[in-house]
Amino acid sequence: MNHWPFIIAAYVLTLGGTGGVLLWAWLAMRAAETKSDELRRKR
Amino acid sequence: MHAFANPTRFLSIAKPLTPWLAYGGIVLIAIGVAAGLFFTPPDYLQGESVRILYVHVPAAWLGMGGWTGLAIASLMQIVWRHPLAGVSARAIAVPGALFTAICLATGSIWGRPTWGTWWEWDGRLTSMLILLFLYFGYIALANASEERTTVSRATAIFGLIGAVNIPIINRSVVWWKSLHQGPSITLKGSTIDMAILWPLGFTVLGFSLVFGAIVLMRMRAILAEARVEARMRRLAEA
Repeated sequence: MNHWPFIIAAYVLTLGGTGGVLLWAWLAMRAAETKSDELRRKR
Repeated sequence: MHAFANPTRFLSIAKPLTPWLAYGGIVLIAIGVAAGLFFTPPDYLQGESVRILYVHVPAAWLGMGGWTGLAIASLMQIVWRHPLAGVSARAIAVPGALFTAICLATGSIWGRPTWGTWWEWDGRLTSMLILLFLYFGYIALANASEERTTVSRATAIFGLIGAVNIPIINRSVVWWKSLHQGPSITLKGSTIDMAILWPLGFTVLGFSLVFGAIVLMRMRAILAEARVEARMRRLAEA
């Protein structure tokens, strides 16, 4: 049995999942902090 | 620990630390993955599929470590009412669930060419699946609360009780006979040859740093959203 398709699937899943959640967390943080800073400036 | 109880003081440390953790983690993962895929020999029994070890083991470590951190935060909330305990527990839940799911998926992918099956209802796999459901339950309970910067007492107790599963996962391969191999890396040493083992250090540390970066980003987002909500409330009352 060729193991490489299994290896590639495992790595794509891990790196894709980690990268996706890292990007989502960063975008959410940036959006929330930008909104908070804008409100502080308006005050 | 209470020195960091002030969110302003926490943010003064978290803001510069976040990119260091993220970039440092990405570099270490890249080194570990490249080495694991191209510079280590195949295992004499498992063949090439042993390379899945370099992503599976960090995912398992972070799935279990995540809940341990969540349980400690829950304890700090219940006993000391630490103001950042609920925020950190909330922030850990999503990446913890992610790495538990990755652990289960990569284990299943590894199992097909190695064991000849995608899944086996043995102690290790079943207790890890229970951990994933515990994370889902915790996320649902935490989101049910309207208060963003903390979790309810019931949610914190759930986080503490769920920690009972962690030693069960750890000892499952010793307590019950299963397809899953026994512990390969213990405090006494490793049964894996150093020629195969060394990239694992890079991926374990790299994914741990990225996990830390995600937790800090989520904590910062939760605190910023709470500041916005508080300000909007004050504006509405004025």
